Amino acid sequence: MEVALSALIGIFFMTAVYLMLSPHIIRILLGVVVLGNAVNLLIFTNGRLTREVPPIVPDDVIVAAPTIANPLPQALVLTAIVISFSFFAFLLTLAYRAYQELDTDDTDTMRIAEPADEAAPPTGY
Amino acid sequence: MNAAIDGTFIAILAPFIAAAFAPFVVRMLGHNGSWLLALVPAGIFVHFLGYIDQTAGGAGIASVWDWWPGMGWPLSYLIDGLSLMFALLISGIGTFIVLYSGGYMKGHPQLGRFLSFIFLFMGAMQGLIISDNLITVFIFWELTSITSFLLIGFNHTKEKSRRAAIQALVVTGGGGLSLLAGIILVQLVAGTSDLSTLLTQPGLLQTSPYYLPILLLFLGGAFTKSAQFPLHFWLPNAMEAPTPVSAYLHSATMVKAGVYLLMRVQPIMGDTLIWSIILPIFGGLTLIVGTLLAVRQTDLKLMLAYTTVASLGLLVMLVGTSNTIAIQGAVIYLLAHSLFKGALFMVAGLVDHEAGTRDVTKLGGLAKAMPITFGAGALAALSMAGLPPFIGFVAKEELYLGIWGTELPFLALTITAVIGNALMLVIGFAVAFKPFLGAKVETPKAAHEGPVLMLAGPVVLSLCGLASALFLHWTSVHLLGPMASSVAGTVLEPEFHLFPSAIKANLILSLITVAIGLILFFRLASLRAAMDRVLRAIGWGPDLGFDQFMSGLVLLSHRVIRLIQPGQMNLYMKVAFAATAAAVLLPLILLDELPDWPEMPQMLFYEWGVLAIAVIGLAAVLNANNRLTAIAALGIQGFAVALLFMLFGAPDLSFTQFMVETLSVVILALVMTRLSLYQKDHRSVGRTIVDGTLAVAVGGGFFLLLLSVTQQPFNSELSDFFREHSVAIAHGRNIVNVILVDFRGVDTLGEIAVVAIAGLAILALIRLRPKRKLDALAVADNSNASVKANVKIAQVQETTS
Repeated sequence: MEVALSALIGIFFMTAVYLMLSPHIIRILLGVVVLGNAVNLLIFTNGRLTREVPPIVPDDVIVAAPTIANPLPQALVLTAIVISFSFFAFLLTLAYRAYQELDTDDTDTMRIAEPADEAAPPTGY
Repeated sequence: MNAAIDGTFIAILAPFIAAAFAPFVVRMLGHNGSWLLALVPAGIFVHFLGYIDQTAGGAGIASVWDWWPGMGWPLSYLIDGLSLMFALLISGIGTFIVLYSGGYMKGHPQLGRFLSFIFLFMGAMQGLIISDNLITVFIFWELTSITSFLLIGFNHTKEKSRRAAIQALVVTGGGGLSLLAGIILVQLVAGTSDLSTLLTQPGLLQTSPYYLPILLLFLGGAFTKSAQFPLHFWLPNAMEAPTPVSAYLHSATMVKAGVYLLMRVQPIMGDTLIWSIILPIFGGLTLIVGTLLAVRQTDLKLMLAYTTVASLGLLVMLVGTSNTIAIQGAVIYLLAHSLFKGALFMVAGLVDHEAGTRDVTKLGGLAKAMPITFGAGALAALSMAGLPPFIGFVAKEELYLGIWGTELPFLALTITAVIGNALMLVIGFAVAFKPFLGAKVETPKAAHEGPVLMLAGPVVLSLCGLASALFLHWTSVHLLGPMASSVAGTVLEPEFHLFPSAIKANLILSLITVAIGLILFFRLASLRAAMDRVLRAIGWGPDLGFDQFMSGLVLLSHRVIRLIQPGQMNLYMKVAFAATAAAVLLPLILLDELPDWPEMPQMLFYEWGVLAIAVIGLAAVLNANNRLTAIAALGIQGFAVALLFMLFGAPDLSFTQFMVETLSVVILALVMTRLSLYQKDHRSVGRTIVDGTLAVAVGGGFFLLLLSVTQQPFNSELSDFFREHSVAIAHGRNIVNVILVDFRGVDTLGEIAVVAIAGLAILALIRLRPKRKLDALAVADNSNASVKANVKIAQVQETTS
C-alpha cells in the first residue's frame, strides 16, 4: 500500500512543481493547493497505513489495541490542512488584488518591488 | 576577587547614567549645566586617584561582578598601572572637556545631546581600558567606534561631517572585527580571555602556532584605531567634529585605544622578532608621514590632527621595540602627549571661537587680546617641542635613551625619531606662537579672552605638563613607574631626571632635534609649499582611496544583488525547487540509501480506483484550459485525497478535507471568474523541458525518499504513548482529537492564530485600496463606463490570443 501511495505522492509533487513553475499566477495557485495535498499525504503515509480502523478507543477498554491507525500523523495533517487552506485563501486574495492593481497575472511582469531597470544606489555620503 | 558591586563598577556605569540625564540638566541650567555635569568625571577621577598607592605597590586590582548569575557574562575589571593612568587621563581630561563643551557650544540647541554623546563615549572608553575580559574589551571597543561616529558626525547636515563619521566608523569598526577574531583565537589557544589570567602566562601566546594570525588580527584592531599609516586618513577627517570632540578623542582617548591595546598585550605578545619588525616599521612610517602632512596644513586643528597621527606612530614604534627604557619613554610620552595635545586642541578651539578662523596664515598678534589662552598654548607647545622643564622633555630624553644605538636598526629608529620630533616642534610652535605673536592681523571676529569654562581645560592641562615634570619623582613613583611595569610585564622602578646628570647621547640628540626644529620653523612657509608640491605630484592618497573603495563596494553589491536577485519570481522558484530536489535526491544517492525494488502492492480494487481518480484529477488540472475545468479538476484531486484518508482509517481528516476542498472550490470559483486562465500553458519547448525535468526530479525524489523511509522498520513509540494515555490521562476516546485539544493544545492555539491572521490579512487586502486607483476608478465610472469596459475586454482578448 505504501508503495502505491508513494508513487501517487510523487505524482502529486510533480504536478505541483510543474504548475508552480508556470509564469501565470493562477497556475501557481493551483500548484500550491496540489502541493499542500502532496505534503499532507507525505506525512500521512510516513506514519504507515492501516485500513479502515480509525484511532478511536472503544467504549469498553482503556487502551486501544495496537491495530488502530496511527493517530499522530493524523493530528499533524489535520492542523496542516487547515493552515494550508487559510494560506491558500490568503494567496488567492493577494493574487486577485495584485491582478487588479497591476493588470497582469504574469509574474515576469510583476516588477514593482524589484524593477528591471533599477538604478544603482547613490555613492555619495 | 569579590562578587559585589563596588565603587569602581559605579564609576564604570556613572558616565552612562550621566548621558541619560545630560539633556535634562542642560534644559534646566543652560550651558552652565556643564559645571554640574563635570562633577561626574571629576568624581570618577577622584575615585581612581584612591588606587594610586595600591598600583604603585605593583598590585593589580581585579574584581568580578556577576550581574546576571548563571549567564556567564560577568563584568570584571583589572586596575594596574596601565589602566589607572588611562582611567585618570580619561576622567581628568573628560572633566575639562565637559566644561569646555559648555562654553564652546553655548547656545547651541543640541548642547544636551552633544554632552550626552560625550558621556557615552567617556563610558565606553573607560570600560575599554578597565575591563579584564577581552570580550568585554571588544564590546567597549566597538562602543567607542559607535559613539565616536555620533560625535564626529554631530554636524550631520554637513556632507563632510557625514563622510568623516562614516569613514571613522568603517575603518575603526572594521578593525574591531579583526580584533574580535583575534580575541576568539586567543580564547581558543589559552582557554581564557581574562587579561588577568593571560598576563600570568607570558610566552604562552608567543610560542603558539597561532601566534602570527593572533598578532596580525590584534594589530588590525590597534592600527585602525590608532590611525597608523596607511589607515591614518580617518583621523584628520574627524576634525569635522566640534573642537571639544577633537580635543577629547584625539588626545587621550579614542586614538589611544589602539596604543593601549598594544601596551596591554605587550607582555603576552611582544618581544618577538615579528613584533619588533612590524610595529617599529609602521610606527616610524606613521611618525614621518604624520609630521610631513602636518607641515602642509594651515588649519590649526588639522595641523594638530596630523601631529596626533605622528605621535601615535611614535608610541607604536617605541612599544614595538619591547625595550624597557623605550617603553618607559613611551609611557612618559603618552602622558605628555595627552596633556599637551588636549590643551593645544582646546587652544585652537578658543582661537577659532574668539577670532573666527582657524587658518594659521590669517592669524597673528592675538597675545594681547587673549593672554591666558596664549600662556596655556605656549606652555603646552613647549612640552610638545620637548623643551625643559616640561614633561615632554623628559619623555624625549627617555625615548632617545631607549632607541639610541649605533647598529643600523637603532640608527634608523633614532633618525626617524629625531626628524619626527623636530617637525613636531615646528608644528607645536606654529600652533601656539604663530597666531599670538607678530603683527596684529585683522580677524573675522574681534578677538577677546574666552570664558572661564573654556579656559579651565587648557590652563590646567598645560600646567599639569609642567607640574608632572617639576614633581617628577612623585609622578614616576606613582604613575609612570607602575604603568611602565604593566607594559613591560616586569616590575620596573625607573629613575627619571628632569635635568640630565651627565651629557649623554640622548641630550645631544635632543639638542640636534631642537636645532633642526627651530631652523625648520623659520622656514615653515617654504617647507609647506614644498610639501604641497610633492603631494600634488602624487595626486592620490588613502583618503581618496577610501572614496573609491566605498563607491566600488556599493556598485559591487548592486551588481551582486542584480545577479542573485534579478526580480524574476520564476527564477527564484526554479532555484528553490532545484535545491529541494538536490536535498532529497543527493543524500539518497551519495549515502547509498536508495530503496529496494518494491513488490507490487496488494490493494483492493476500489483503492486502485481512488488512486486513479486522483491521478485523473491531477492530469486534468495540468491540462485545464478554462476556469471551470481547472476548478472542477482541482476539486476532483482534493476529494480523491479525502477518500484516501477515509479508506486508511482517518475519518477526521477526511471530513476536514471534504470541507476544505468544498470551500476552496467555492472561493476559487468566486475569484477565478475575475482572473483569466490562459487557454494554454504558455511555455516554450525549452522552458517546458526545464520545468518538466525539475518537476520530475522533485516528484521522483519524494517518491524514492518515501519508499526508502517506509522500507525501514517503524518506531511507534510516540504514537503508542498517545494510544495508551488518551483515555487514562486526557479522558478522550478519539485519539486524534485528544492530541489536538489536549496533548498539543498550544499547537492548535497557534493554528487558530494562523487562521485568524490570514483572515485579517485577507480583510486588509480587500479593504486597502490605494487612493490613486480609487480616483482612477471614480473617473472611469463618471466617464462612459461601457466604452471603457469594451476596451478592457478587447485588451484581454488580445493578450489571450
